[in-house]
Amino acid sequence: MLAQVQTPEVDVEILLPLIIMAVGGLLILTFTSLTKKIPAWFITGWATIAALASAAAVIPLWNRLSDEGPASTIANTVGFDGFSLFLTVVIAFGVAMASLLAHTWLDREALPGPEMHVLIMLSGAGGIIMAFANDLIVFFLGLETLSMAVYVLAAMHRRRIESQEAGMKYFVLGSFSSAFLLYGIALIYGAFGTTNLVEIRLILEQTILLDDGLLLGGLALMIVGLAFKVGAVPFHAWTPDVYQGAPTPVVAWMASGVKAAGFAGLLRILSTTFGPLVDDWGLPLEVIAALTMLLGAFSAIVQTDVKRMLAYSSISHAGFILLGVIAATDRGTSASLFYVATYTFLVVGTFAVLSVVAGQGDSDFSFGAFAGLGRRRPLLAVAMLVFLLAQAGVPFTTGFFAKFSVIAAAVDAERYWVAIVAMVAAVIGAYLYMRIIISMYLSDDDEDHALGPVPHWTVGAVIAVAAVVTIAFGIVPGPIDALATDALAILAPGS
Amino acid sequence: MELTATWYLVLGALLFSIGAVGLLIRRNPLVMFMCVELMLNAVNLTFVGIAWGLNDIGGQVAVFFVMVVAAAEVVIGLAIVVAIMRRRQGATADDLSVLRG
Repeated sequence: MLAQVQTPEVDVEILLPLIIMAVGGLLILTFTSLTKKIPAWFITGWATIAALASAAAVIPLWNRLSDEGPASTIANTVGFDGFSLFLTVVIAFGVAMASLLAHTWLDREALPGPEMHVLIMLSGAGGIIMAFANDLIVFFLGLETLSMAVYVLAAMHRRRIESQEAGMKYFVLGSFSSAFLLYGIALIYGAFGTTNLVEIRLILEQTILLDDGLLLGGLALMIVGLAFKVGAVPFHAWTPDVYQGAPTPVVAWMASGVKAAGFAGLLRILSTTFGPLVDDWGLPLEVIAALTMLLGAFSAIVQTDVKRMLAYSSISHAGFILLGVIAATDRGTSASLFYVATYTFLVVGTFAVLSVVAGQGDSDFSFGAFAGLGRRRPLLAVAMLVFLLAQAGVPFTTGFFAKFSVIAAAVDAERYWVAIVAMVAAVIGAYLYMRIIISMYLSDDDEDHALGPVPHWTVGAVIAVAAVVTIAFGIVPGPIDALATDALAILAPGS
Repeated sequence: MELTATWYLVLGALLFSIGAVGLLIRRNPLVMFMCVELMLNAVNLTFVGIAWGLNDIGGQVAVFFVMVVAAAEVVIGLAIVVAIMRRRQGATADDLSVLRG
């Protein structure tokens, strides 16, 4: 007689955004392998609509959340709360915009096929799993689903050795960091006897652990693994190389969706679950955040390659988002979420402009390519101006309110010195964005850098949406801020 | 001498360190993949050791997931190596140095 195996209850409605994203990707992969006649616009349209449908599936869930409150499903491994829903929407928008960028890029580089769209969607599905995960093993599986797709995406350009080198570097360092994260999870499992965040939080609230060597070792290793994923100093070394070599639409996705998913982990695991232990992990993370902001900003200044420069700038931004994690308060979490959401649009817009300026082969990212862009392509230059000012944190853009709220959250949690470092880093950062702006508007045209053809409208649409979001929510940050305030990670047991 | 879970944890930590150091100092991509595998399997040993010590099934289940992840990781790594080797014969990690700043 076989013993009756108890299977956990599955609330399919909660998983709907994930199912749409993953199944959408797999279906289009199946279609295109059955017939070669599917046109490129159909694949792009499919990917974009599936991603937007995944975001739309969150709306009824959000209503249900406000009626019934947060819950967990599948034996408490999947958390249903504002946090997971908010990040799902962010990731879904990242997928949609990256897919639209990929359309033009694949066309220009003559690389037909659905693989890039499918991989972006599957890594998006991994990111959604990370946002929902209430269990460390589930989180790890989501992270690997996301990462493995992105390793391939980085090496996607078959004819450029730079792209393959980027893929190789990302793969080696990515799997190295995953192993650290996993070892951390194993030690946490040793300390608590469970990998479930709900149970870990309950144990932390009810008991005082006397022998916490395993716990602290596990936390340290997990911080190393997650810091690698979001590109925080001193675990950032892969970021500039990979950003420089990888295809630009993939870089847009890495800087937006992948980073958002990494912060999903940091916020849910550190700020929420291990929040009571903030005295233990707060100081190391403060040092990491300060180094990340400063080193990112300083290294960016000396770069001669704009894409590399923006890679360092994205490192610096990761440091700012870490401020909200360190605060380990509800306010900090919402501030980080607001930053992640608005930065997603910002950075995708920036790399979209970069992809147009760089031209055929994704090769020319020098300052010369940007020289005189204000006269040659006024609209493109205005959009870039908006994104750069927002990254610098100028008022009336989303970047200002984002930076303001994470710093305010850090001050609120009495993390004063790191907040001061953040303000200094913001000023240094402003200088590097000015360099690009000066080159766009005040430099003479550089004849060596020919402008590519006028881009397909999909890129224009992405840039326009990103610019409108950046300005509109910069002037009226209320709506996103209100959503982010409700989007707290709540470790609710049972469904 | 009695065999306790601590022994397995120590062995796991040693194997993990060997893998981590190997990844950092070796230059052959295939050996680097082997080091990643060593790290993941050291974690598996840790999981099983802890699960055995705690008399809990959860850690053993986690090992199955990790094994699948490790296999998938190697598949992707080898695919990238093959793609590079097609263009460059006998590439080591030191040959991959187009990207620097």
